[in-house]
Amino acid sequence: MKWLLLLVSVAAAEPRSGALDMSRELQAMQADDSANPGMLWVQEGEALFHRAEGRAQKACADCHAGLAGVATRYPAWDEATAAPIDLAGRIQQCRAERQQAAPLARESEPLLALAAFVTRQSRGLPLAPPEDPRLAPALARGEALFRQRRGQLNLSCAQCHEERAGLRLGSALIPEGQANGYPQYRLEWQALGSLQRRLRNCMVGVRATAPAFGAAEYTEIELFLARRGAGLAVEAPAVRP
Amino acid sequence: MARVLLNLPRSAARGAVIEIRTLIMHPMESGFRPGTNGTILPRDIITRFTCDYDGEVVFQAELSSAIAANPFISFTTVATESGTLSFTWEGDDDFRQTETRAITVT
Repeated sequence: MKWLLLLVSVAAAEPRSGALDMSRELQAMQADDSANPGMLWVQEGEALFHRAEGRAQKACADCHAGLAGVATRYPAWDEATAAPIDLAGRIQQCRAERQQAAPLARESEPLLALAAFVTRQSRGLPLAPPEDPRLAPALARGEALFRQRRGQLNLSCAQCHEERAGLRLGSALIPEGQANGYPQYRLEWQALGSLQRRLRNCMVGVRATAPAFGAAEYTEIELFLARRGAGLAVEAPAVRP
Repeated sequence: MARVLLNLPRSAARGAVIEIRTLIMHPMESGFRPGTNGTILPRDIITRFTCDYDGEVVFQAELSSAIAANPFISFTTVATESGTLSFTWEGDDDFRQTETRAITVT
């Protein structure tokens, strides 16, 4: 009976935002828009969003009015490439095709700023990954990547962020690794970074070869993380140590 | 122009203590890192922050290496007269940026 109860409680466990386990100071920094350094990128992104760019001389704002809730539905299925695409990828694509402007590199300041501005408009809304059957194979690959041991330390994402979530690694708390705060400002980076940068961080940490930014593997893991954290409120730009 | 976040009240009662919070985005090169060709990249940080209240300095800070890439400075002053608060950040490579905000004192 005890075992049964335990199983039930594990199965019913709600995803837990990493923000709940941060220090009070960090939580306050994240909650206050005048202290949250991520808001600098949001401000930058707002300016970029309204600036006409490229040969089409169109601004993002010429087509898109409000984008509330949009970020909660990414990664999504992209008809053009017949593959899943994340929000940063969609911004890159829109810029290349509709604005006909010079491409923005992954992790470049303008792309992070635009992604932060768009994601900020979904703050407080629950992550709602699309129920698209075409995403299923990539989602399954994402879960497999999450559970695959890798690197010289031979660790999988799941070994820390699922099996040992809530415990400590040295002095640091191991979070569930939820994706609801990205792009996020890390004090360690002293800058805003994407979920892909965070994934790369962990891969380098276990001494594995990290794929280049924009690789399909990242989008697949992002897809799985969105599914796993479905229902969590978007916090971007979050602040983490 | 660097992005800046400023948080201060637009109006205050005479004699009240007001809290001012500032945050600025800056590239911040520490001056200790070698570049791709092996030579040390020149330091590029913010070295001084000044707040003037109608031309009078009410707060000043000197900044050095290893403080923050995007320094957040919070301080208080007393609301004396209606006027202008100006905030100036100065740094390496002749960096200088000033923002102003009006305050109404009643």
